[in-house]
Amino acid sequence: MQSTDLTPRNAENIDEIWTGVTDAIQEKGFLLTQVDNLVNWARAGSLWPMTFGLACCAIEMMHAYVSRYDLDRFGVVPRPSPRQSDVIIVAGTLTNKMAPAFRRVYDQMAEPRYVISMGSCANGGGYYHYSYAVVRGCDRVVPVDVYVPGCPPTAEALVYGILQLQKKIKRTGSLWR
Amino acid sequence: MDTGLRELGEYLVAAMGDAIKEVALVSEELIVVVEREAIRRVLSFLRDDVNCQFKQLMDVTAVDFPGRSERFEVVYNLLSLTHNRRIRIKLATDEQTPVPTATSLFNSANWFEREVWDLFGIFFREHPDLRRILTDYGFQGHPLRKDFPLTGYVEVRYDDDLKRVVYEPVKLPQDFRNFDFLSPWEGVQAQLPGDEKAGEAK
Repeated sequence: MQSTDLTPRNAENIDEIWTGVTDAIQEKGFLLTQVDNLVNWARAGSLWPMTFGLACCAIEMMHAYVSRYDLDRFGVVPRPSPRQSDVIIVAGTLTNKMAPAFRRVYDQMAEPRYVISMGSCANGGGYYHYSYAVVRGCDRVVPVDVYVPGCPPTAEALVYGILQLQKKIKRTGSLWR
Repeated sequence: MDTGLRELGEYLVAAMGDAIKEVALVSEELIVVVEREAIRRVLSFLRDDVNCQFKQLMDVTAVDFPGRSERFEVVYNLLSLTHNRRIRIKLATDEQTPVPTATSLFNSANWFEREVWDLFGIFFREHPDLRRILTDYGFQGHPLRKDFPLTGYVEVRYDDDLKRVVYEPVKLPQDFRNFDFLSPWEGVQAQLPGDEKAGEAK
């Protein structure tokens, strides 16, 4: 394709521009989308979780990250800093002593941020529901997007939870929240 | 099996009879109950004596017996690698009476005694740094005491208006349920379904 002067100076020139654009479209093809969908697709495709293992669930979380299930395939890469993360996986028992620290980590994450509650203890206190030292569900401290049940949930279950979160982002995410 | 523990017990009584209240051999484990104030003398003897050589303090813990006049029992577990032997030392105390610290003899006693202080409220005299070690900052009470309620007194929640985690009195939507597995009326049945034919096969 020959190079066209794209500065609109007169009617003749505008015709030339249109010819150039049509030529380009015919030659290379095009794609239509909405900005929202594009952004949601990008967000769902690179969910970086905050490394937040609290108990035995963290072991299953590690299994989900490494070779067999390899969350890297979904663009899920654990980050050591809340400022680089999009999602926090609460993997394990959240104690009273940990609760303020957990909330602080959550507050340090940039919007849009998501929370996956992994395992019985994080979902509702689980085995330690009546304990004097354990928070009865991490949703008392932060808003939770996805609950993964199990004690501990298998790595597969966590992967499924992450896929559910991706679905949720694609379905309900918006540019502004 | 001759472990030599009985002889060791007799040896200890001969060496420090005034400090030892009782020596017992329970399932091949030597248990020595000692006077509270003599604990440091006993521990240093066990550590340094050539026939004992209990150079490692594996654990310090406690047991609560609410019925006793001195309700707490402090338990010291020691290990001698030289002789491949273990020994358990016990002493009695109550909420008020301090126990001499073993930190000057075993460095590991420092955190063990902090833990016992935290969970049972047993005070250790001359301990260099007797703070809570496990429970929450500002925690009230000693949770492993038998009179401490299982659910405690406070629970946490994030307050959206105050923008911080707040402490509130415990409010349980469902009370704690205690399952009595020996009762014929509730709990599991002695014979589980499907187990009827378990005995017939033999």
